[in-house]
Amino acid sequence: MEDSSIQSQGVEADPQPDLRRNSARVTDERPWWDTFPWWGVIIGSILLWMAFQIATNDDYELAWDRIAPGLRLTVTATLQAFAIALVVGLIAGMGQLSRNVVARNVSRTYVEFIRGIPILPLIFTVALIVVPETTDLLNSRLDAWFGWEFTLSFQMRATVTLALIYGAYMAEIFRGGIQSIPPGQTEAGRSLGLTKRQTMNSVVLPQAMRAIIPPLGNDFIAILKDTSLLSVLGVLEITQRGRQFSASTFKFREGYFVVSFIYLILTLSLSLLLGVLERRMTRDRKGER
Amino acid sequence: MITLSDLTKTFDRTIHAVRDVNLQVDEGEVVVIVGPSGSGKSTILRCINLLEIPTAGTVLVDGFELTDTSTDIDHVRAEVGMVFQQFNLFPHLTVTENITLAQRKVRGRSRTEAQEMAERQLTRVGIPEKADSYPRQLSGGQQQRVAIARSLAMEPRVMLFDEPTSALDPEMVKEVLDVMLELAAEGMTMVVVSHEMGFARAAADRLVFIDEGEIVESGPPEEIFSNPTHERTRAFFDKILY
Repeated sequence: MEDSSIQSQGVEADPQPDLRRNSARVTDERPWWDTFPWWGVIIGSILLWMAFQIATNDDYELAWDRIAPGLRLTVTATLQAFAIALVVGLIAGMGQLSRNVVARNVSRTYVEFIRGIPILPLIFTVALIVVPETTDLLNSRLDAWFGWEFTLSFQMRATVTLALIYGAYMAEIFRGGIQSIPPGQTEAGRSLGLTKRQTMNSVVLPQAMRAIIPPLGNDFIAILKDTSLLSVLGVLEITQRGRQFSASTFKFREGYFVVSFIYLILTLSLSLLLGVLERRMTRDRKGER
Repeated sequence: MITLSDLTKTFDRTIHAVRDVNLQVDEGEVVVIVGPSGSGKSTILRCINLLEIPTAGTVLVDGFELTDTSTDIDHVRAEVGMVFQQFNLFPHLTVTENITLAQRKVRGRSRTEAQEMAERQLTRVGIPEKADSYPRQLSGGQQQRVAIARSLAMEPRVMLFDEPTSALDPEMVKEVLDVMLELAAEGMTMVVVSHEMGFARAAADRLVFIDEGEIVESGPPEEIFSNPTHERTRAFFDKILY
């Protein structure tokens, strides 16, 4: 402004050096290309390309036909493992907060034990040692009492293992969620005469769910991916079928591309769903603390 | 109504928060507890409904010995209302739901009964129009009045107040104290931990001065304000009264 007024009077501009590198002003606006989700475009194009390959290329189509039937097993194992893990996790999570010495220490032992061992050796240990020995023990009783015994298929053993592993992770999520609620909430509930259980169910848990649901969603996706580890037990889910296809045809590229394609489709759509759920939860919170 | 005998509370086995406190509160009496911060006044209050479990001594409320493990503590707590410094409203519930929750679960009232009671109590504390709001949408003073209404809806025989105005902005202190004054005038038995000397002067039958976990002296507020017998009491009031 000063410049123009001086120039308009026909006086030459002050020769003082101009320290401004360019004339743009500070702004908090970001251009569209800065905020645009390019990553979505990239992954979308890769997926489209893979879908195109499967639809047009015979080798890919063959790989798809051999691998896709494993989808059913992958999904079933995921759902079963998640459901069991949810129950185990809730019990172990609350157990750690219990005033009962036994409950507290049993839960703590379980969680620390599981969390300290990588998933792969745990799967072997549980599926090949713990489950058969437990069923043997139970069966000797069941056989004596009812003349009946049961066996667990490798698929169920593997699912149970996954559930036990994720139960320990979820226990920590539940514990953390419950502990994130200020003790004043429990005190207010108890001082009104609500029992411990009523306070937990009506006051603490509904608030804790907000902190619990997003990480539970992440664990659901993680379980889905870790069902691929069931392949080491010979369970015919997607990864195992991919391995078999690649090994028998030497078409490794086709086999593993299709396997990755299926997992990506599943996990991406799940995280999209989770995003919607989380947004809805924050919207419902309007007016709350 | 309330009898504390030789009440002692120790934290970590070494820190004596409260030692050998004897206090009796009669029906309809209003007792205000004052003392320097960390002197154990809140701990004493919290021992009255066993939010804090005493290390030693006995707590009698309404004839029930709370320190006896055979006493149904939930039953007694329903008769003892408590108002907290931080309000502790349930943020996921509306004002009405905050007030009806315990009525329905503990008192076994029907939804309509509980809602009518909530309406009455909200009118009593002066904010019937906030029935459907969430706590977050209310000012601190309004939240504390809802907290009082929530306790009153249980029709308690005793009300405990733990520094009810300490977390409030100055302009909201009066609206809460007004409700408490009215409650005192109606004959409610009240034990109040507070630094509001104006309230103590206007409503308290007895002022109890506590320092280092012990009752230093107690008596009618005017007497203690104007004529404290202990040096510690004098030093404390010199600091807080202008």
